[in-house]
Amino acid sequence: MAAEVRSVAHEEVHTSTGLSNAKLGMWAFLASECLLFGALISTFLLYRGREVSGVTPQQVYDIPYTSVSSFVLLMSSLTMALSVAAIRRGDHYQTRVWLMTTALLGMVFIGGQVYEFTRFVQEGMTIKTNVVASSFFTLTGFHGAHVTGGILMLLSLFAMSLDGRLPTERGEAVELVGLYWHFVDIVWIVIFTVVYLIPAPTPG
Amino acid sequence: MATVVVEPTVAERPWFLRRPRATTGWVSWLTTVDHKRIGVLYGVTSFAFFLIGGLEALLIRLQLARPNGRVLSAEAYNQVFTMHGLTMIFLVVMPLSAAFFNFLVPIMIGARDVAFPRLNAFSYWVFLAGGLFLYSGFLLGGAPDGGWFGYAPLSVRLPGPGMTFYALGLLILGISSTVSAINFAVTIINLRAPGMSLMRMPVFVWMTFVVSFLLVFALPVLAVGLVELFFDRRFGTHFYNPAGGGDPILWQHLFWLFGHPEVYILILPAMGIVSEVLPVFSRKPLFGYPVVVFSGIAIGFMGWGVWAHHMFAVGLGPVANSAFALSTMFIAVPTGVKIFNWLATLWGGDIRFRTPLLFALGFIAQFIVGGLSGVTHAIVPSDYQQTDTYYIVAHFHYVLFGGAIFGLFAGIYYWWPKVFGRMLSETIGKWHFWLMVVGFNLTFGPHHVLGLQGMPRRIYRYAPNMGWDLWNFLSTVGAFLIALSVLVFLANVVWSWRRGRTADPDPWDARTLEWSIPSPPPPHNFDRIPVVRALDDFWHRKYAEDREGRLTPVVAGGAQAPEASAGPGAHERSEGDEQASSEYGSSGHASTGAEHGSGRHGIHMPSPSYWPLVTALGLPVLCYGLIYSAALAATGGLILLAGLYGWVTEPVAE
Amino acid sequence: MTGERRTARRALRWGVALSLLVLLSACARNAPQDALEPAGPYARQIDTLFNWVFWTAAGVFFLVEGLLVYAAVRFRHRPGRPTPVQVHGNPRLEIAWTIAPAALLAAIAVPTILLTFSLSRRPADALDIEVVAHQFWWEVRYPNEQVVTANEVHIPVGRPVFVRLTSVDVIHSFWIPRLAGKQDVRPGAVTHLTLQAEEPGTYLGQCAEYCGLSHANMRLRVVAQPPDQFRAWVDQQRAPVVAQPSEAAMAALQRGGCAGCHTLNGVEGFGAPSVQTSTVGPDLTHVGSRQTLAGATLENTPEQLAAWLRDPQAMKPGNDMVIPKLTEQEVEALVAYLESLK
Repeated sequence: MAAEVRSVAHEEVHTSTGLSNAKLGMWAFLASECLLFGALISTFLLYRGREVSGVTPQQVYDIPYTSVSSFVLLMSSLTMALSVAAIRRGDHYQTRVWLMTTALLGMVFIGGQVYEFTRFVQEGMTIKTNVVASSFFTLTGFHGAHVTGGILMLLSLFAMSLDGRLPTERGEAVELVGLYWHFVDIVWIVIFTVVYLIPAPTPG
Repeated sequence: MATVVVEPTVAERPWFLRRPRATTGWVSWLTTVDHKRIGVLYGVTSFAFFLIGGLEALLIRLQLARPNGRVLSAEAYNQVFTMHGLTMIFLVVMPLSAAFFNFLVPIMIGARDVAFPRLNAFSYWVFLAGGLFLYSGFLLGGAPDGGWFGYAPLSVRLPGPGMTFYALGLLILGISSTVSAINFAVTIINLRAPGMSLMRMPVFVWMTFVVSFLLVFALPVLAVGLVELFFDRRFGTHFYNPAGGGDPILWQHLFWLFGHPEVYILILPAMGIVSEVLPVFSRKPLFGYPVVVFSGIAIGFMGWGVWAHHMFAVGLGPVANSAFALSTMFIAVPTGVKIFNWLATLWGGDIRFRTPLLFALGFIAQFIVGGLSGVTHAIVPSDYQQTDTYYIVAHFHYVLFGGAIFGLFAGIYYWWPKVFGRMLSETIGKWHFWLMVVGFNLTFGPHHVLGLQGMPRRIYRYAPNMGWDLWNFLSTVGAFLIALSVLVFLANVVWSWRRGRTADPDPWDARTLEWSIPSPPPPHNFDRIPVVRALDDFWHRKYAEDREGRLTPVVAGGAQAPEASAGPGAHERSEGDEQASSEYGSSGHASTGAEHGSGRHGIHMPSPSYWPLVTALGLPVLCYGLIYSAALAATGGLILLAGLYGWVTEPVAE
Repeated sequence: MTGERRTARRALRWGVALSLLVLLSACARNAPQDALEPAGPYARQIDTLFNWVFWTAAGVFFLVEGLLVYAAVRFRHRPGRPTPVQVHGNPRLEIAWTIAPAALLAAIAVPTILLTFSLSRRPADALDIEVVAHQFWWEVRYPNEQVVTANEVHIPVGRPVFVRLTSVDVIHSFWIPRLAGKQDVRPGAVTHLTLQAEEPGTYLGQCAEYCGLSHANMRLRVVAQPPDQFRAWVDQQRAPVVAQPSEAAMAALQRGGCAGCHTLNGVEGFGAPSVQTSTVGPDLTHVGSRQTLAGATLENTPEQLAAWLRDPQAMKPGNDMVIPKLTEQEVEALVAYLESLK
């Protein structure tokens, strides 16, 4: 009887595609997120070459510094993948280790962003300075918020695993957070390229 | 229905971490995750908003009935027309369509619920919260007053709090729609019954599917526009401020890149409903099913390439205008194809003029007018004259009222017996229809003339010597006829509740799976998950078709009779009627071949949950906080996080 | 059964009524701001194209609605009818009704695109005008003639007028239906529009893009004059004020703070209008020569002007004119002076 109670309708194994609902849902969500970042990046691309008064991001950012923090974030994708692999094997200790490492790397990245933003503000570029600054802070800030959300998810998984509530058969949760985390990483690669690496066209 | 088994470990949890158990009473409605109940909640709430939006429309028409109207001040008028648009689009047509998605889609594809039942409840509560948040502006210093399209930089510069409520309110509603769209996309992809291949799905399910994708991709674009608008208003950024280097036209691109798919989000569900209703009442299959489906998909794709036809007068230049004129003209092709297929469905049929069919015919007749006036907008030079006039008001009311609302009423009359287990009155229904047709055309027909005679939209008054008096007066008379027709509908609802005949499982001799189960359906929908062998499978269980297309009824009582046998059941409304639906789960009925699901005792539906409601509550609190105080915003954030925590850690069932 | 027949008949009747309504809409001619009564070549080209499309659409309308009504009546349920033949589709028909509308639309697309391009060109011999939109009035400049006025665009008959448009605040839309289609007016950008009148006369228009509280009160008009009268008007507008204010009027002008927003060319303490820079309020140097006041919403009579001066916010909610409450004597002096400024 108890076993039957567990077979709740929406968790039936039989799905039309064989994929789990949660995974499909995550993909649909990430598709939606693509358009969100697409629109934010478009805004930045539209405005980055504008002739404006006041400090612009191109004048204050430090490419080597941000390259390092970008590298940190990229590495966290690797550790995330290791964590997914660990829970697939049923190795809960390793799962926790890599979850925490991923979260820590994410926190390093966020710390770097907080430091960067603080420095920009000190150098006279705030979100109000001009439209290039507005779109810079909004785009990178949105990404930072997404990373922060990801860190919270990683820490929750870590806590659940410690608590014994992340058994191997619920390992898909790690995989889903992994999907999200990789997505956020990929978006950062695009943002880093567009914002920092490709020079803005000269105004006019 | 589901047996409640308390596991020992579960009992140790504090009360607030246990799952609620009520299945009746008001608490059960707050915690329900049943797609049918959520569908009813969506329907009732959006209908309430329909009445409010209708009252706003009456105020607008009263103000404009005569030149220099004095019913409303300029300030009040601008709020009322803005809220009328926002209400009808975001709080009526979209959620009313969602009501149908919720109630019907799982049943039509042979599923017991949606893919994420709690997320579904969350969508509803977020929708309700967003609607109330928008309306709370009236009490807190002014409702949105920049038009539903909120053009920057006016929307940034308007002094009252209204457009802040607009930006945040639409963000909340956008979250609701995105979440529910993901839910329905996954449900349709993943929860189809065995044999229910994509090309056997009812057209309504297909249209839901297309709409879900449109929502998933269109709403984030609007969200970005709204965030930028909010930042401009609240934090002094410069996205839409030319003085700071920004460009107000960015808002228009973002808004219409969302806004045009939105038009199809509003109309495709109604097209789906019409595609279900016409075959049933013509007693013929839908003509060209694959073509109707593919034209819907084509509309969904092409809908992304036409947004700038809302911006012909902006000054984008002749190249851009011509390109968008072409794409706009050609999106008329798949739309026309649908209409021709509907005509061909009626052609040669045995048409029964029941109320659902009347509304479906009203949809077609009026949608043609809206579609043709739409083609005249695609003619760029003629749009230079028509845009922002009452001609446009006429056009989109013919599409969204004459089209979408008529289609949704067709759906309401068609599925009412399935949802509530009682029939609506045919006589009152026909009064409703004819009053609404006359009222609608009297209201919006004259708007064509007004627009061509130079009356712009969104003006709270006009001078007496403009030649617009007669048409405006007629339009106001028409608006009150519409109001009367809505009262007649409400009378029909009361009649149905008091006197309505109890509904058979299949009162219309219909074609799709929802009619194979009792009215109203039991919580788990199907005793045994059906196995689908054809398009319109349920119809083919009732009728066989020979090579010349002649029908012969399958002998009743055979293996393929509908799941309807007599006997008073567990449903509250079935007593004393010989047509009562069967109690669900009696054995020996409707063997549909291979059995899925685990039989009567194995069917356990997801337990109710508080957390969708709690989590949804966090959003408006957070948004009020963004306007008024950081502490409030933090509280909202905490509610949100607490809700999510409870949600994630909640036991699967209790 | 008779009920159903009655329903079908009613459907037919309403179909006809609806068609008549649409027909009526094409016939009604009695409005001064009527896009269907073009008074110049630009509006006429649009009207011709629209008519062409309208009658094509009307043909499609009668065809399709006719088929719908016919099908509904012809195939209505009657007792004893056999169950209909189950037709699932017909590829040939599908192709036909995909191609036919596409071909029709392609045919419409050609003149559409040609006209779209031709309307966007500046005619060689055009008179140049600049219009600057404000919440809620129109500043009109003639850069070559060095004239600045408001809400009334004087143009010579028979000559194309190329209007450059911009806005100081929000998006507006410039629209004189009988002379041309509308063109949005954007802050931070310049858009343009060509219009031309064939006959002398006054052509009404108004802001067509929702621009705030008094969007309804942001009207304008074009006064088309024979070329010699237009020249005379230009000379008159270029001159400084025809009279100096009386002492009472000057005192009222000062107490009202009028010089903060308005120009009065030749009056002490006031600036002169410039074709380069905008002022908050319209130039008043020749205000008495205009037909209207307050964004072309009030007839320019002493009574209306007095009412305006007593309470501008009541006449036009949300406009920028916020002034101290004037006494009746002050109003009287101001009306007398301003109305004398021909």
